[in-house]
Amino acid sequence: MECLDTIADYGLRSIGIGERLLPRSDFTLCQQITLIGSGLLWNIYFGVLALASGFFLAIALAVGKAAKSPLIRKPCVWFIFVFRGSPLFIQFFLAYEAFVLLPKEGIEIFGITTETRWLTRAWAGALMVLFLNTSAYTAEIFYGALRSVPKGDLEAADAYGLSGWTRFRKIVWPTMMRLAWPSYTNEAIFLFHATTLVFFSSFPAWQQKGDALYYANYFADKTFNPFVPYPIVAIYFILLTLVVIGVFNLMNRYLNRHLPGQAKRIRYRPQVIR
Amino acid sequence: MFSNCSDPDLLDGLAWVACYLTNGKHLVAYTSFGTVLLLLAITAPISLAFGFGGAIAARSRIAPLRWFGQAYTAIVRGVPDILFFLFFVIALDQAFEWMRHQAFCPNWVEPIRQGNDFVVCTAAKLPLSTSPQWVHEVYGFLLAVLTFAIVFGAFAANVLFGAMRAVPVAQIETAQAYGMTERQSFWRILVPQMWVFALPGLSNLWLILVKATPLLFLLGVEDIVYWARELGGTKGQIFAYPHPDWRLWYFLGLLVFYLALTQVSEVVLRRLSIRLSRGQATFAGEAQRKAAA
Repeated sequence: MECLDTIADYGLRSIGIGERLLPRSDFTLCQQITLIGSGLLWNIYFGVLALASGFFLAIALAVGKAAKSPLIRKPCVWFIFVFRGSPLFIQFFLAYEAFVLLPKEGIEIFGITTETRWLTRAWAGALMVLFLNTSAYTAEIFYGALRSVPKGDLEAADAYGLSGWTRFRKIVWPTMMRLAWPSYTNEAIFLFHATTLVFFSSFPAWQQKGDALYYANYFADKTFNPFVPYPIVAIYFILLTLVVIGVFNLMNRYLNRHLPGQAKRIRYRPQVIR
Repeated sequence: MFSNCSDPDLLDGLAWVACYLTNGKHLVAYTSFGTVLLLLAITAPISLAFGFGGAIAARSRIAPLRWFGQAYTAIVRGVPDILFFLFFVIALDQAFEWMRHQAFCPNWVEPIRQGNDFVVCTAAKLPLSTSPQWVHEVYGFLLAVLTFAIVFGAFAANVLFGAMRAVPVAQIETAQAYGMTERQSFWRILVPQMWVFALPGLSNLWLILVKATPLLFLLGVEDIVYWARELGGTKGQIFAYPHPDWRLWYFLGLLVFYLALTQVSEVVLRRLSIRLSRGQATFAGEAQRKAAA
C-alpha cells in the first residue's frame, strides 16, 4: 500500500523522524492526513505539559489572590490581570523578542552558566508562555471556586480543630476542585486550541517541524486550495476536544465519587467563552 | 513633523526621541491603531447581526433552517478560531472570484482548478489587477471583517440562543394570552427581555474579540503587529534614525495598549450591566429595587 509508506515516511515527521523533505507537488489526501496528524503531536505536547504544570501555579495564584496580605495579593492580581487582559498572540511575540535578546553565551547564575538558546525554540519558549497564560486563566477560575466554598464547610472544619494547611488540603481544596471542574474543562479545551498559534507568532518551525495548523497552512499555500487541509485539522481538533472532555469527565466522576446520584457522568455544557 | 527634525544626526536625548516618534513611518503606524478600532467598530454589530440570525435559525420550526443554525453555532466549539480565520480568508476570496467568473465569463471552458492553481478570467479577479493599491488594501480589510464576523457571529449565536431560552416562559405565555401573534410576542416580549441574559456572554465575547484583533496580522492586513515588527527591527546607519533591535519595546507598547483597551471595556460593560438590570425580574434588578426603596 502506498499510503502505508507515506505514514512510515511522514507519521513522525513533526518530531524529526522519517523523510527530511516535505512533499512538494502532487499532494495526496493520504499525505495531508498523515502530515497534519503528525503535527498534532506538538499540539498535544504543548497542551498536556502546559495544563499539567499550569495547574499547580494556578492553585498558588488563586490562593494568593484570596490572601489578606497585599504583599502576596497584589502580585497575584497583577499577574492574572496582565495575562488575561492581553492577547496570547502578543504575549508570544513579546516573549520571543525577550528570549532573543538574552545573551547568546548564557547567563551566569551563582557561577554556573545557564544556556538560554533553547528558550528561543518553540518547544521551550512557547511552552513557557502557554504555561503562564493558562495559569492565569485557571487561577481566575479557581479563585472564583475558592470564594464559593460553602461557609458551613469552613465552620465545620474549624469545629473539628482543623486549621492552616490541613484545613486547606482536606476541606477547601477538594471542594474548590469540584466547583471549578466544569469551567476548568472548558479552559483545557481552549488551551489546546490556543496551541495552534505557536508557529504563527515568531517562533520558527525549526527544520519544518511544526504543529497541525502549520502543515495545513503549508498545504493550503502550496495547493491554493483551503478546502482540504483545513477541514482535516478541524476533524482532528474535534476528536482531540472529545478526548479532552472524556478525560476530564473521568476526573470529574472521581472528584464526585462520594456524592450520591452525582457520580454519574455530568452533562458537559460546552461554553464558547474562555 | 517638527521643524528641528530636519537633520536627525544633530539631535540627542529627548529631542531625538520626539523626532523619532513623529517621523513619517511612525505617523503611518499610528493610523493602524485606527484600523484595529475600526475593525472592532464594524465587526461587533455585524457579528451581532449574524449571531441574531443564527440564533433565530437555530430556533426555527423549519428543519433544514434549524439544522443550519445548529451546525453554525456548534462548529466553533470544537475547532480553534484561528483555523477559521486562515480558512475563510482564502475560501471567501475564491468564492467571490468563482461567482464573478460564472457571471462575467460564461464562455470559459478550461477548469478553474488546474493542478495547484486557481485560475479565473481576468475580468473576474478581485480586486482587478488594474485597481490602485488602496483598493487592494480595502478589499483585504473587508475580507478580514467578514471573516471575523462569521466566526464571532457563531459565538454570538450561541450566547443569544441561550439568552432567548432564559427568558421566563410565563412572559411568552402571558403575551399569547393577550392575543399577540408569535411574531409580536417575539419582537415585543422576547427580544427586549433577552439582552439582560445575553449581556454577560456578550461582554465576554467583546473581550475575546478585542484580544483576537492582532490576528489581523495573519490575514495580511498591515495592523499594529505588522508595524511593531517593521519599526522595531534593527535599523543600520543608512537609516535616519539608527537603533538596535527594539521590537521588545514595541510589543510592550502593544501589550499596554491591549491591557488599557480591555480594562476600559470592562468598566463600560459593568455600567451597561447595571443599566440593563434596572427593573428586571432578576437578582441584580431586585437588588437595585431594594437599594432604592
